[in-house]
Amino acid sequence: MSRRPIIGLAATAAAAALVLSGCSGGAANDDGDPSGEITVLTNRTDLVDTTFKDYATEFEKQYPGTTVKFEALTDYEGDAKIRLNSKDYGDVLLIPSSNVTKDQYANFFEPLGSTDEQSKTYRFANEASFDGTAYGVSTFGSAMGYVFNRDVWTKAGITEPPATEEEYLAALEKIKANGSIPYYTNYKDGWPLATLEGNLGAVQGPKVRTEMIATDSPWTEGNDQYNIDGLLFDTVAAGLSEPDPTTTNWEESKNLLASGEISSMVLGSWAVSQMQDAAEKAGESRDVIGFWPMPWKTDDGFTSVTASDKFLAVSKYSKNKATAKAWIDWFTNESGFAASQGAISPVISDPAPDTLADFSDLGVTYLELAPDPVGKEAVINDIANAAEIDLFGNTYRQKLIDIARGAADGDKESAFADLNERWAAARADVAE
Amino acid sequence: MVTVQGASPATRAVVTNHPRPPRTLRPGRPPKATGSRVTPWLFLVVPLAFLIVLTYVPVANMFWYSLTSWDGLEPEQEFVGIDNFVQIFTKPEIFQVFFVSLYYLVGAVAQLVLALYLATLLSFRTRFKNLFKGVIFFPYLINGVAIGLVFLYFLRPGGTLDALLAAVGVQDTPQWLGDPSFVNASLAATSVWRYMGLNFVLFLGAIQSVPSEQYEAADLDGANSWHKFRFIILPSIRRILGLSFILAIAGALSAFEMPYVMTGGANGSETFVIQTVNTAFKFSKVGLASAMAVVLLLIVLIITFVQRRVFPDEKGGES
Repeated sequence: MSRRPIIGLAATAAAAALVLSGCSGGAANDDGDPSGEITVLTNRTDLVDTTFKDYATEFEKQYPGTTVKFEALTDYEGDAKIRLNSKDYGDVLLIPSSNVTKDQYANFFEPLGSTDEQSKTYRFANEASFDGTAYGVSTFGSAMGYVFNRDVWTKAGITEPPATEEEYLAALEKIKANGSIPYYTNYKDGWPLATLEGNLGAVQGPKVRTEMIATDSPWTEGNDQYNIDGLLFDTVAAGLSEPDPTTTNWEESKNLLASGEISSMVLGSWAVSQMQDAAEKAGESRDVIGFWPMPWKTDDGFTSVTASDKFLAVSKYSKNKATAKAWIDWFTNESGFAASQGAISPVISDPAPDTLADFSDLGVTYLELAPDPVGKEAVINDIANAAEIDLFGNTYRQKLIDIARGAADGDKESAFADLNERWAAARADVAE
Repeated sequence: MVTVQGASPATRAVVTNHPRPPRTLRPGRPPKATGSRVTPWLFLVVPLAFLIVLTYVPVANMFWYSLTSWDGLEPEQEFVGIDNFVQIFTKPEIFQVFFVSLYYLVGAVAQLVLALYLATLLSFRTRFKNLFKGVIFFPYLINGVAIGLVFLYFLRPGGTLDALLAAVGVQDTPQWLGDPSFVNASLAATSVWRYMGLNFVLFLGAIQSVPSEQYEAADLDGANSWHKFRFIILPSIRRILGLSFILAIAGALSAFEMPYVMTGGANGSETFVIQTVNTAFKFSKVGLASAMAVVLLLIVLIITFVQRRVFPDEKGGES
């Protein structure tokens, strides 16, 4: 007999083996004891082989019979979003917050409990909730403010945080006179500009998101959006930022801040330990990096908006939900990850981190945003997308910086008027 | 019947069932090959499968998405007809990106001219010929992201370019990337540096296929270098010139790598493809972005069509 049918059979078997290996068998472990293997998706490519491996060992010791595997994605947001279209995105993953809107959470993630219940133990529970159900647990939180080089600021004669925008700009002018670049925008890398949006709520209060989706012109005086973008615009327009924003570099900025060549950047408190590490490596003391609240002081003192970094969630298609949930519990409560990052722990009963020492001295009030009205959590993102204003991104802020430094046409009034116009049009679009 | 000793059952079966015709030299009739006619197809199954699954199916999907308002995550897509296409042509930002591609178009033409000039020079006797060839082609082999990052250091204020210019006495240099009137020229120049090597090598190959007797004949007729170039080289490489031209135009319209790595499209350096990518992934408008991709495809097709009319392929031609 000819060999062809046998070859054909072998080829089919090989092809089938390749294709079917993607299918996994076995019963799903939804409510039982933690056991078996889980895959955790993470964006921390720097920690996955060191710190996270140690965490996995600890977890496996506590729950024998479990195995934790990590998958680190460099472009986390982009890659995770594409994987969400399939059913294969690990058992535990971080919610790619920049492009999945809250009304879509139920399609991809397992509900973890009611928001009210979660809020009793965990901070920021409502930031990952929709319709009263929580889908994610915060990994750590940050408070907004600006990192600054204490030596440079003291030399310029500023020992107290500026209380108003005018005082702040005047302080930056004094620093410029001393030869240091007062503010570094990190325009090129872009994502540090996106973090500025974390200041939403500093003046308007916890209901700012609800107010913002109800107004046709968020870029008006008195609104947080106006304050945030206005402060950035005024800083750049007064020549108080780096001369060529297109060649900034995030990693280098840490060294520049430590050495005093630049003297401040508006970031979250998560940046403080990174800056302090860079200062130490450059031979300075960690104390040279300070963290002050934004210059919008009211009669009650300074306010700092706290927000969560990414949220841990369980995949709806996970075959091992019990272990996945156990991992999330362990990671949040026992791993000490938030403390290791110098960040605010998601567990309400945990103490505040040392990186916020300046804030404790100043008696800063921490503000957590209120939950969005039920069913309307995604509206602010929908309006922003429709208007093509990436509120939680960096493109439109880069445009504002270009206008402020004279590289594009317009001025503050025309730029803000244009933004308001697009917002209003998008708002009408989304409402119908 | 022919029996073949020691052959496998398969071969024996083939030889037994299909006796070979005598191996006489019949012109135009190659001897019949062994093996079935299915074998070539079996070899092709895997690459075809890849091609269909990874290229044609996604492109077909993209045509469908361009008629919807999909955001990339919703389980159902809402049909909106040609609404996306109307939106593209009424957006004011579209003119800015086509203006930017003009810079890359000029860069592409400069790239071709430079590549042709260097290829002609290095086809004849020049000292250190191979060194120059290596130096010119080398940038094409390096990863584009690495080139982008290195050029960022090169072009920053006080960077390498500024230092070089200061060494020859030019003190007041503009901001190569920060100044919006220079940024596109800088990025186009970087792109030219990167891709010229490929054009150079193609032209070099084409020029070297010209038989050298023609040059000797031209010398006897008293032709100088320019005449030789215009009347011998240019006609011979007409086909490759036309092809390179078409590739350069298509490449200029879809410029993406250099501007995305170096500026991310900021400061007025956004190209059409960068805008498409941002629309799809930043603003979750996959439907609109798919429509933009379809528009780009149509533009390239139109240009190809025009080029085929102006530079038709010669049939049975001399090369």
